[in-house]
Amino acid sequence: MTNGLSREQVVNGSLLALLLAAPLIAAALDEPFYVSLATRVAILALAGVGLNLALGYGGMVSFGHAAFFGLGGYVAGIAAFHAFEESAFLTWPFTIGGSDQLLVVWTVTALVVALVALAIGAVSLRTSGVYFIMITLAFAQMIYYLAISLPTYGGEDGLSIYLRNQLPMGDSAEPLTFFFVCYGLLLLALFVSARLVASRFGAALQCARMNEVRLATLGIAPFPVKLTAFVLSAVITGIAGALFADLNGFVGPSMLSWHRSGEIMIFVILGGVGRLFGPLAGAALFILLESFVGGFTDRWQLILGAVLLAVVLFARGGLIGLLAGKLRHG
Amino acid sequence: MAEPLLELNGLSKSFGALKACDGVDLTLLPGEIHALIGPNGAGKSTLIAQVAGWLRPDAGAISLLGQPAVHLSVAARARRGLGRTFQISSLASEFSALGNVRLALQARERGAFGFWSPVRKDRRLREEALAVLARVGLEERAEVPVTTLSHGERRLLEVALALALRPKLLLLDEPMAGLGPEGTRALTAFLRTLKAEAGILLVEHDMDAVFALADRISVLVYGRIIASGPPEEIRRSAAVREAYLGDAA
Ligand SMILES: Nc1ncnc2c1ncn2[C@@H]1O[C@H](COP(=O)(O)OP(=O)(O)OP(=O)(O)O)[C@@H](O)[C@H]1O
Ligand SMILES: [Mg+2]
Repeated sequence: MTNGLSREQVVNGSLLALLLAAPLIAAALDEPFYVSLATRVAILALAGVGLNLALGYGGMVSFGHAAFFGLGGYVAGIAAFHAFEESAFLTWPFTIGGSDQLLVVWTVTALVVALVALAIGAVSLRTSGVYFIMITLAFAQMIYYLAISLPTYGGEDGLSIYLRNQLPMGDSAEPLTFFFVCYGLLLLALFVSARLVASRFGAALQCARMNEVRLATLGIAPFPVKLTAFVLSAVITGIAGALFADLNGFVGPSMLSWHRSGEIMIFVILGGVGRLFGPLAGAALFILLESFVGGFTDRWQLILGAVLLAVVLFARGGLIGLLAGKLRHG
Repeated sequence: MAEPLLELNGLSKSFGALKACDGVDLTLLPGEIHALIGPNGAGKSTLIAQVAGWLRPDAGAISLLGQPAVHLSVAARARRGLGRTFQISSLASEFSALGNVRLALQARERGAFGFWSPVRKDRRLREEALAVLARVGLEERAEVPVTTLSHGERRLLEVALALALRPKLLLLDEPMAGLGPEGTRALTAFLRTLKAEAGILLVEHDMDAVFALADRISVLVYGRIIASGPPEEIRRSAAVREAYLGDAA
């Protein structure tokens, strides 16, 4: 453990290398579709990395992370909409206009999502188990219907983003550049997660998952620890949502739907719950199945279901567990 | 007289029609071991749960180190200096023994704060955790996951976790249960050395251990304290014999 790479580190490194190589090769071969596919993987993996913090490490089975994913998407979409229209989002008590700057969009996304997650978490975390799952789902559905009832922002039809939000340097409309942005954020989120999980906070969070009674008995109140993790988790997933809207040039209520929550959960479970790179492995497999098997048959979800079943029944550590072996704790 | 570490006044708790705790008065003084004995279902664990903060009493007062404590959370009471062990071991099961103790130490120092530096690389924390494990004789088993520890080792780890908090008072709910004669003897000797460090409220069915250790004994039957006093007095009490000790004592 002190010197030399562990098997899990080798697996993780290979995944990162593959994800980087795929769009580079695709770009060299002039295949923009595959660049965009790799970008999707990076973004969805990022959303999963967010959920993994709550679900994998904190044991909080949130079935409402689409709310944060979609909120991020709507922040990006609404900001771009007002920037394009040169109108204001808010005129009273002060004026808030649109923005076509990614850095602004991300900052606003983080703030908005953190606030909403704080409210949702503060209520939901008073429950546990099945009730927690249901209450997070209920909150996400409320936001879903709110989005549908906003005609200004497209209601049921959603909102097109005509101009992809801009970077201070580089051209974000250039597919490979945008991939690097997403890949960079994924790396950052993985790094931050790794540090967080290994820190004192991470130890407390994992104890909250295993045994809240023990944590409280040691003098650490579980609630604030879990709430903090829930909010951080939501913010990461929210940023992924903002990127997703920019990638597709579109945001609609489907980004907020419970299907989406389920998908993000599938990335985590498929890849390995509580494994740092689980969401990346899970999202990659998901997208591969969807794009390639989905190309042959509409029944690709059947195959996905079978794979998921196999993972849950036979490989509790998910893909990462299969490739790198069982998890060792300290 | 020194200020009690713990003082219960008229503590009452019912589950429906069942009075699990019925107007209990009890004190724990610094440097003493106060044993709480009573038949199964007498309400001993219910009493512990109220003192630790898991159950809110229906009536009565709890004062911890001279301060009212009824409104305090479990974690807040722990931070005031209350350490405890559970009748059924309650540990962070996927961590090693060391990981559990490290968490206890970090809890005492600054709770969950610390978001960036890896806790495992903290040498001082590791050394301290190993020292705590050594006190209960588990240092050789430090790296072993809790799930592979024996029942007896888990009981000892519970004690180690309580000690890591440097508690001013300890609530021990049947620490000897399942330890075997050898383990019971060792733990009895260890607890005797501990009472200078922290007052102990000891719930225990092993009467040899109780009479060997206790400075005072209270007898709980159907949620009521029916007798309280020095071991000799309790041993002689006819009421206690009848209600609880039977002929065995
Ligand atoms: N949460 C609860 N709800 C309902 N009844 C309870 C609850 N907890 C305990 N009881 C009941 O209260 C009574 C006292 O239980 P308690 O566990 O405190 O006894 P005890 O003295 O610790 O017994 P033992 O020696 O078996 O550990 C028992 O009759 C038990 O069934
Ligand atoms: Mg009991």
